[in-house]
Amino acid sequence: MIVEERKGTRDQFPVGMRVLAVDDNPICLKLLEALLVRCQYKVTTTDKAITALNMMRENRNKFDLVISDVHMPDMDGFKLLELVGLEMDLPVIMLSANGETQTVMKGISHGACDYLLKPVRIEELRNIWQHVIRRRKFEKSCCTDSDNRDDGLKVLANSEDGHWAADDHNGKITKKRKDQSEADEDDSEDNIENDDPSSQKKPRVVWTIELHRKFVAAVNQLGIDKAVPKKILDLMNVENLTRENVASHLQKYRLYLKRLSVVAGQQASMVAAVGGRNSSYLNMASLNGFRNYYAIGGSRQLPTVLGSLQPTGVLGRMNSSSTLAMQGLLPSPTVQLCGMHKSTSNPCNTDLGRIQGIVAPGNRQMNLLHGVPMNLEPEQFPQLKLLQEPRNQLPAGFSDSGFTVGPKSNSFPIGTTNPLFVQAHEQHNRTGGLQNHSVKMSSSSSELLDFNLQDISQFTSNNRSGDGSWQGASGSTEDPTSSLSILAPFGNIALSSGNIGANISSVTTHAVTKPFDEFANTMAAPLHDAITNNNINNHVRSLNGNTMAMPPVHDDSRPSNFSLDNSIQSWDYSINSNTVSSRYSNPLLSKLRTDEATARFHSSGIAVGEKNLGATAVVQGNFGTSLVRQDCMIDRSTVDGQLKFKGGYESENSRLHSGINSNGSCLADVVNSMVKPQDDDMLFGDIDMGCDLYSIGACMCSLWT
Amino acid sequence: MEYSSLHRQLATMKKSFFDQGFLDEQFFQIEELQDDVSPNFVEEVVTLFFKDSLRLMGNIDHALEKFPQDFDRLDSLIHQLKGSASSIGAAKMKNECTVFRDFCDKENQEGCIRSFQKVKKEHACLRQKLENYFQLLRQVGPVAKATRSGN
Repeated sequence: MIVEERKGTRDQFPVGMRVLAVDDNPICLKLLEALLVRCQYKVTTTDKAITALNMMRENRNKFDLVISDVHMPDMDGFKLLELVGLEMDLPVIMLSANGETQTVMKGISHGACDYLLKPVRIEELRNIWQHVIRRRKFEKSCCTDSDNRDDGLKVLANSEDGHWAADDHNGKITKKRKDQSEADEDDSEDNIENDDPSSQKKPRVVWTIELHRKFVAAVNQLGIDKAVPKKILDLMNVENLTRENVASHLQKYRLYLKRLSVVAGQQASMVAAVGGRNSSYLNMASLNGFRNYYAIGGSRQLPTVLGSLQPTGVLGRMNSSSTLAMQGLLPSPTVQLCGMHKSTSNPCNTDLGRIQGIVAPGNRQMNLLHGVPMNLEPEQFPQLKLLQEPRNQLPAGFSDSGFTVGPKSNSFPIGTTNPLFVQAHEQHNRTGGLQNHSVKMSSSSSELLDFNLQDISQFTSNNRSGDGSWQGASGSTEDPTSSLSILAPFGNIALSSGNIGANISSVTTHAVTKPFDEFANTMAAPLHDAITNNNINNHVRSLNGNTMAMPPVHDDSRPSNFSLDNSIQSWDYSINSNTVSSRYSNPLLSKLRTDEATARFHSSGIAVGEKNLGATAVVQGNFGTSLVRQDCMIDRSTVDGQLKFKGGYESENSRLHSGINSNGSCLADVVNSMVKPQDDDMLFGDIDMGCDLYSIGACMCSLWT
Repeated sequence: MEYSSLHRQLATMKKSFFDQGFLDEQFFQIEELQDDVSPNFVEEVVTLFFKDSLRLMGNIDHALEKFPQDFDRLDSLIHQLKGSASSIGAAKMKNECTVFRDFCDKENQEGCIRSFQKVKKEHACLRQKLENYFQLLRQVGPVAKATRSGN
């Protein structure tokens, strides 16, 4: 409709920030426009969502931020929100006269980075630019590789001069997170525009329909499980497209798919296969997912597994903070990665501690990750993108795997640490560990969600680290102490089969002695793969499984090639009301199974309490002492036939999983996609448990009630 | 003299709007947005409001007549009207819209019809007042300018 552009100084961000305002109500639109102009932004308005989308598609670099009304005649605001997030990866702010919690929750779960109520005040609009920065930063950190990091620093320096590069896309401007600077390998945000990169020139990739089609074709050709950025890139055969761009886009795509499949998966109950290796993955994953969800919104009652995870290692860190946050389930470091994934708007990134994402919408009862600090801004939740946080926290090994380990610092926001676990972890995972303990999440029907840790270990198919660390899962438990045992104190986990009955038996993965890093890497790797491979649609769980299966790092350097993909395929958990059972059959897992040092995945029971479905996954990897424990509580009430994480969760879940993203694909994504945000109850389904699981990969979610 | 008396009149009028609850703070925000770049912003917005709200109210009337039981539709329509009203600070109208909405939630058709009458009434009332206001404002405006330039 009206297109107005005022000259703004791009170099003086936020002055001149380009905003696209969409509202079918002419009065509101006019008012909004005037307010934005007053804030010195460059405003473009339209009263049709379709027009807005077209404008954005024409040139993805055209806008920095989108503000959209919720109720519009031609397209639902939430739909627009999703599309923008998926295709363009721009921050979107929702606007509505309706301030009901449910609606707000829905907005957040769909990925809105903020939700404003009408009539909107100018003070609120003055601050919206932070969403742009945050997103850029996160994305950058996620995908930055060393170059980026440097650039980021430079950019930062520039900004310190008080001069913001118009497109901060480069990144990493803010250095809030030191980790950011460090590790981040990986894909640079493909959507990051670098119009005037201060230090680095990163041409922004605009994912046009055509390009996206090619991408999807390539992915389908390779098989979602096997689709790795490099291959996709080759197949697409597009000039000026980097692997990073593809990886980042793949991540989003997975999230999207995950979200779609989540709906389908909602029904699936998470069946923790007891003893079934495969299931364990699934379970874990689901648990994780759940956790995240819960964590996110729920009442964090879950003991923060993360907290407990604090374990020494990175793992601990990883998991705890981000993971838990994100996924709620995985405490493992990898998990953190996952968690940290950049969510579209998710703040999860930098800090592990930031448990993002899972903010269960309105779920009071969720005790998801207790204590897990959900840094994730709810609004951003849905867009959890796996951030590839520098793995500072993770042992060196990770770095390459592209794990995005969340905030490296150890910030486990997780509130409760579980010394128990940690310790247990440290010392040794019980050797005999649970061989195949599956974490079971049983719904009221007492189904157990078993996670097979072992299977999990298989996950690491790609061990990027090259050392096949995953193999650990199979039981290369060399040294109990060193192994990550997740779940040590399983005992406590009382899987309460409460309503949700998720019983997650703790499966301890016997971590291989491999150093955490490796493990982390491995974990990450599998996660990714796992994700890819599974049919995202069906199984988020798989993802979970993958995540869960953190293959213990095996120092034998057994090549870990568990392709997560394969293994996970079968997961499938359905979240039923009161039942969180994931069924996971992961062939891979079986592979992994290693008698001796199998990574055991302990998942504490998922306590599905009356309204809390808590699953604590304690993942112990062989990292040494990282004990990742995540407790997720599933709120029973939510489960009403399905774990309901309403609205909020949905999106969150997906985001949560961002998980490890070594290739830029994060479980989270996958999970996310699988988890489909929906406002109706089945949030659970949405929960990307998978992701979390992944992250937890190593960690097991211990469900306990 | 005339100038200042007009000003005073205007000020009094505006104050009464607020005191009587016809307008709320949001109206101040709109006034704030009026500047050299958009010198008639307030009037533009208000005019736009009345025009658009007439349209919306027509839709509601139509819906009440043809689909009296379709509360979702009514809810959606009144939501829009409420959004507009709150944007310009039309407090009384906004409140009546809320009442209407409540009736919709309760699926009380009779209540909806009654409260909608009130909405229309408030609308007409506010419209009248604001028209007077702007008329006066227009009178004051040029006078003020003339005075200034005269000096």
